[in-house]
Amino acid sequence: MAEIQENDSGGKKKGSKKAAVHLDMTPMVDLAFLLLTFFMLTTTFSKPQTMEINMPVDPENEEEQIALKASNAMTIILGEDDELYYYFGLADDKPEIVESDYSAGGIRKVLVSPQVKSNDKMTVMIKPMEASRYKNVVDILDELKITDTKKFALVDISDADKQLVQEQIGQ
Amino acid sequence: MPKVKVKRKKPVLDMTPMVDLAFLLVTFFMLTTKFAPEESVIVDTPSSVSEIKLPDTNVITLSIGKEDRVFFGVDGQQTKEALLTKMAGKYGVSFTPEETKTFSLLTNFGVPMNQLKSFLAMDPEARKSVKQPGIPIDSVNNQLGDWVHQTRLTNREVVIAIKGDVDVNYSTIQRVIDILQERKINRFNLVTDMESKPQN
Repeated sequence: MAEIQENDSGGKKKGSKKAAVHLDMTPMVDLAFLLLTFFMLTTTFSKPQTMEINMPVDPENEEEQIALKASNAMTIILGEDDELYYYFGLADDKPEIVESDYSAGGIRKVLVSPQVKSNDKMTVMIKPMEASRYKNVVDILDELKITDTKKFALVDISDADKQLVQEQIGQ
Repeated sequence: MPKVKVKRKKPVLDMTPMVDLAFLLVTFFMLTTKFAPEESVIVDTPSSVSEIKLPDTNVITLSIGKEDRVFFGVDGQQTKEALLTKMAGKYGVSFTPEETKTFSLLTNFGVPMNQLKSFLAMDPEARKSVKQPGIPIDSVNNQLGDWVHQTRLTNREVVIAIKGDVDVNYSTIQRVIDILQERKINRFNLVTDMESKPQN
């Protein structure tokens, strides 16, 4: 392929043999492999990752909502400046509110504690305050995924929750 | 006895197959490489351990950048052309075929309906430098809800991805989620970065 075939009808004298023209392909290979390595290194077969979230369907009327028993409820409140509070039970019963954080020894320890893990009906409610960041929400959803907590919901924060946090800060 | 001269020939290496292979690979990579689309807003997404990949097609991406500006993007040129026609009818704005074409090539945008015409009329360079205010999401002027709704009417298959910046206030995200829930969309994806799963 690389050698160009010479045809003998060149009107040349008999006996004069010409060597076939030789093409040095080394630069071409160089170029080809340069391009090849460039494309191989710059190509990323990466797609953005996603986290799926299903929101609870808004019920048509209040009566359809099933009341959650206090023993099966855990609430995590996301505050500003990456603060995090949690309590067990319902806000109206003045529960003990505990401050925690997003580290491995913080809320993750709570979510794998027997109080949560041994109770199949335990529902974790995440209530972000208006001042919390989007990162906090994703982080806490991530913690729930890591600890394999199945029952959880993103819920709007209530005034009772805000009051609890206010009292906690005030202490 | 005369010495026998051994004729030494230079070894000739035929590089043709190597060139073939190299160019085959080059063309393959050139054709399969997709350059990252231009984003009109820089979003720094939070990381998670989730490993679900976002599909390539039929995705509405709602980017929420810093300063709580909301951007809307959907893939598919035909989808976007049909969508713009519908929205134009709804809001009583008319677009020229050129503007529609420009719109169908945008990755995402963040301007209210009344500014969209002038935004599409700009030349591409000016469009990059202009600061887009974001799509209105308040309950009185809920254009984002209309965009999402009309897209779903145009293309039944679309899934919704929310691509929020780390520093966005939750109240904005809450509002976007509420808009989706008003339209009976209770399933969506949050776009995140990779993070390794803790072992313990």
